[in-house]
Amino acid sequence: MLYWTRECPSVRSASRVLRFLRHEPFAVAGGAIYFVIVVVAVFADELAPYDPRAILKLGSRIARYQPISAQHWLGTNSSGRDVLSQVIWGTRSALEVGLTAAIAVVAIGTVLGLLSGYLGGWVDRVITWLADIVLGLPFLPFMLVLAALTHPGTGIVVFSVAALLWPNTARVIRAQVLSLRERAWVEAARVTGCSTTRIMFVHVLPQVLPLAALYGSVAIGWAILAEASASFLGFGDPTAISWGVMLQEAYANQALSRGAWNWFAPPGAAIMAMVLAGFLISRGSERLLFPKLADQ
Amino acid sequence: MTALLQAEGLQKTFHSRGREVHAVQNVSLSVSPGEALGIVGESGCGKTTTARMLLRLEEPSAGRIMFDGADITNAHGRHLIAYRARAQLVFQNPFDALNPRFTIRRSLTEPLRNFAIPVSEHQDRIESVMRRVRLVPAESWLDRRPHELSGGQLQRVVLARALISGPSLIVADEPVSMLDVSVRAGILNVLRDARDSLGLAALYISHDLALIRYVCEQTIVMYLGRIVEQGPTAELISRPAHPYTRALVAAVPVARVEQNREGLPIRGSLSDAPPDPSGCLFRNRCPSVMPRCATEAPTLRTIAPGRMVACHLEGAM
Repeated sequence: MLYWTRECPSVRSASRVLRFLRHEPFAVAGGAIYFVIVVVAVFADELAPYDPRAILKLGSRIARYQPISAQHWLGTNSSGRDVLSQVIWGTRSALEVGLTAAIAVVAIGTVLGLLSGYLGGWVDRVITWLADIVLGLPFLPFMLVLAALTHPGTGIVVFSVAALLWPNTARVIRAQVLSLRERAWVEAARVTGCSTTRIMFVHVLPQVLPLAALYGSVAIGWAILAEASASFLGFGDPTAISWGVMLQEAYANQALSRGAWNWFAPPGAAIMAMVLAGFLISRGSERLLFPKLADQ
Repeated sequence: MTALLQAEGLQKTFHSRGREVHAVQNVSLSVSPGEALGIVGESGCGKTTTARMLLRLEEPSAGRIMFDGADITNAHGRHLIAYRARAQLVFQNPFDALNPRFTIRRSLTEPLRNFAIPVSEHQDRIESVMRRVRLVPAESWLDRRPHELSGGQLQRVVLARALISGPSLIVADEPVSMLDVSVRAGILNVLRDARDSLGLAALYISHDLALIRYVCEQTIVMYLGRIVEQGPTAELISRPAHPYTRALVAAVPVARVEQNREGLPIRGSLSDAPPDPSGCLFRNRCPSVMPRCATEAPTLRTIAPGRMVACHLEGAM
């Protein structure tokens, strides 16, 4: 009789969180990766052995193409900059792009999903129609055209991710809201005088927030991939220190044919780790949000 | 005595897959201040839809609703809020009637806030309403969340939330059908005591004639969206006029092991409703069907003071 209140995602106790941590090593691993990245980004100043922009000298010559050594743990690149310092500083721009885009995706997707699911009628039709169109747009060409028409930079990347990724969140939130609005306590909110806005944002929204956060963690990975692709193709911010720009420089200087894997492997691994973290977290929290799926 | 709540010619038509479903047809009723009216009927007879229209949770397709002399059929904004503060609902399923994220205190504060009751009064109101539903001491309940409470306790909270704004009318839609038999009487007594001391009018929706007899002075029997009989509860049960009411009365279980009961006077189920809506909707199941029933729909007529029945049977008693 009590199953729907007991299994409701909102009802979370400390013991439940602990149990979750023990049973979901994937989610814990994902969280750990995020944690490390955040710490590195915050303390980038202290952690980076060199100024990532500084062109290092070796005597009177520029210290380019340095192999891995005690001075340069990951060597230097073609312009004589320290690779490790760039990877460390890259966490900042990755987090910046990732978090801004994720927040934008979650905000747009959640609000539109909420309006669409709760209000129904023409609002629902317009939003669903918009979502269908946006889902049909190919991501990379959209971003490249946009960057070509305006000026390249991280703003375009964030905008593109937000503009193209919200439908995924909106659809899931809408479906969730459609089922929540039939619950008696939503009706109770109407009877006790709540305005439609209050029902949507005070009563229903908190119930879908965990789900929205889940889609946010996926969006972080997407945004970082998008930033890397845009930078790699030369549409990013060329002055930024980011993993994508590093890959682009490595590519432009024939890192592969030189066998200089220390130029592209570290930023590549960093991107992978961060995208993976988002995936791991979403997989783990899926079980927390939809306990019934786990049984099947 | 002027009616507190009065509905005239309420209709509700749902459209589903190109078909029209007449959930409620031409229902008129009135509830006087302090009076308890019961609506009985089986599932799908339109009793819940009627209650939802009366509370403005469902828009009527036609008809008029008056509350305390004001037409609230199309009230909105400020007027609707004012109506909501005076007409409250007790839900059927207490496990789903409270926001699972809200503490009991927050669920009770929600109506106070929405009905613009000064914050200084909140604590007093909450404590007095918790006393009324016998959840004492209030402080030991207020900071809990719904999943920590049992069904009976939850229903008391739901009742408290309905009473906290000081309404004049309570609509109770199957208020105890989801509860264990052992706690039903407790809830019904709390509801009755609250009505007695506050002078509340009530509208009970139920399929259970025994419950209606326990709490209601007046009763309406509905069948397939129409009122088939109405009158004072005691009379209606002791001398049912409509064949359908007779069947409902005969179906009430009796607490006797060796009972000599006749079979139900009617046969079939709701789905046997005649496809042709002209004539009486009950004719396919009626034991006293006449040729006239297929051609002419019976309208409500008065058979005794305060008693009305929609049946062609002469002096149907």
